[in-house]
Amino acid sequence: MEHGRTPTVPAASAATVAGVAERARPGIADRALETLARSWRPLALLVACFAVWWVVSAARLVEPYLVPSPGSTLQVMRDKAGYIWHHGWVTTYETLLGFAIAVAVGVLAAVIMVYSSTVEKTLYPVLLFAQVVPKIAIAPLFIVWLGFGIAPKIVVAVLIAFFPVVISMVTGLKSVDPEMVQLSATMGAGPLQTFVKIRFPASLPHLFSGLKVAVTLAVTGAVVGEFVGANEGLGFVILQANGNLDTPMLFAGLIVMSLIGVVLFLLVEIAEKLLLPWHASRRGDAVTTTY
Amino acid sequence: MTEEVEQTVALAEGGGDAAAVDVDDVAVRFRTRKKDVLALRQISLSVATGEFVAIVGPSGCGKSTLLKLVAGLLKPSSGAVRLHGDAVTGPRRDIGYVFQRAALLEWRSARRNILLQAEMRHMPGAAARKRADELIDMTGLRGFEDAYPHELSGGMQQRVALCRALLHRPPVLLMDEPFGALDALTREQMNIELNRIWRETGTTVLLVTHSIAEAVYLANRVVVMSARPGTVTEIIDVALPAERDYAETMGLEEFSSATTRIRRLLGAAPGAE
Ligand SMILES: Nc1ncnc2c1ncn2[C@@H]1O[C@H](COP(=O)(O)OP(=O)(O)OP(=O)(O)O)[C@@H](O)[C@H]1O
Ligand SMILES: [Mg+2]
Repeated sequence: MEHGRTPTVPAASAATVAGVAERARPGIADRALETLARSWRPLALLVACFAVWWVVSAARLVEPYLVPSPGSTLQVMRDKAGYIWHHGWVTTYETLLGFAIAVAVGVLAAVIMVYSSTVEKTLYPVLLFAQVVPKIAIAPLFIVWLGFGIAPKIVVAVLIAFFPVVISMVTGLKSVDPEMVQLSATMGAGPLQTFVKIRFPASLPHLFSGLKVAVTLAVTGAVVGEFVGANEGLGFVILQANGNLDTPMLFAGLIVMSLIGVVLFLLVEIAEKLLLPWHASRRGDAVTTTY
Repeated sequence: MTEEVEQTVALAEGGGDAAAVDVDDVAVRFRTRKKDVLALRQISLSVATGEFVAIVGPSGCGKSTLLKLVAGLLKPSSGAVRLHGDAVTGPRRDIGYVFQRAALLEWRSARRNILLQAEMRHMPGAAARKRADELIDMTGLRGFEDAYPHELSGGMQQRVALCRALLHRPPVLLMDEPFGALDALTREQMNIELNRIWRETGTTVLLVTHSIAEAVYLANRVVVMSARPGTVTEIIDVALPAERDYAETMGLEEFSSATTRIRRLLGAAPGAE
């Protein structure tokens, strides 16, 4: 570099070792710009979808009672905001509770299965059976057993979200480098210490890919639970709207439901980025760049 | 501060006059689904306390296997392994182990990888951190303490692994090609450091290496192994003083005679490295 040119790093944190300098934290404006630069494509696609929808309904290509216009859908969402908000919250609540239980039980089951092959051999077929049986088919049973309240919805959400959690956690715990475990043994660590400091953190990237699948499935589970018998929640809203041929309300329900799923997915992704910064950067999601 | 750590060394050394490491007619057979591999056969080796022994041999001859055997990470198919006189039946904690691959935890910074040793052993925090700082300076990792393994070069990762193995001042140090990924110059520096550490701590060292010069410069004795199934072809005594100047040593008659002998045994041309 020519002398006389100011380096791009602040003087206060001048190089500590040859060629290495601390970087200043980017400002809020910079970060907002970066986020926008990263996310304009999906946003543009979303806008394009709305545009197509608008054209289809404005040109009367299909009857409004089959596909409502974006305008009337948004109108409903504004007019009945309180109603949608209430039922949306019920579904969110059921989803979150179901997801949390699925994660807790799933992780625990995975840990036990990894440490005991007897348990694994016994439990795996049961798990598989629970996974392949269609939840929609057994949901009515839970209504009979547990009533119209929130319980059957949560059970369906748990059942549907449980499987990806267990599978990903088992894979994660099993894919730990055996040399890491040997290393731990040379340090005199017991099984608990090895689990806490090595096995568990090493399995988190796998677990998180399972959590992302599970959280979206949990929304489906809650709504399926509501379909078979409920007087609250988005599933109930959609069924009612369907019965009344109120397609704007039906679409509004669908949109809110998708939003819940997307937001929950993004939350899991943010949690992953915060908890596993090392993994995100290894995968190559930004962070390290050359310039 | 460091008394607790030093104690382990003293304790181990006080364990009578038994050899630090004693491998007695050991064979190791790996059984996988498809084949049986006889990795080691009729290996016998005795290493005195405070001795530095280097192991050389062709790739796949069982050097790593031998080291893991001593650490208790593998069970011999026959024969016995003793550390300070008592039989090795399971993983031993009175050692420091440098794995062939650095084996760093990806989610920990360099410093926290080094301190894992202290955490697992419940060493007093302040003393461990001070020791880690010393080692970081010594291995030239200063400035990269907070970098994650994926942000380090292969050689830096190996140096982190070396620091981790030295943190608790182990009475026996087992090193599996610790400098394999280093450039020639850094490797020389690390060799000089290792020679100094060995002289100062009186640690017993078993070092696997592919560099004949490194083996001769560092060791009291060099174990030359044959191709698989690995066994000891010959043990070469290196008649050099403990304190060795690097450049000077390279020019000594003893040095070149030892390297030439090892090269012959390994079946390489006399001039080749
Ligand atoms: N876990 C294992 N399962 C099956 N075979 C193994 C296992 N570990 C080692 N071996 C076999 O044992 C032999 C010796 O392996 P080892 O890793 O000890 O070689 P090495 O001398 O360290 O080689 P290198 O110099 O390439 O590191 C090899 O043939 C290898 O295939
Ligand atoms: Mg090896």
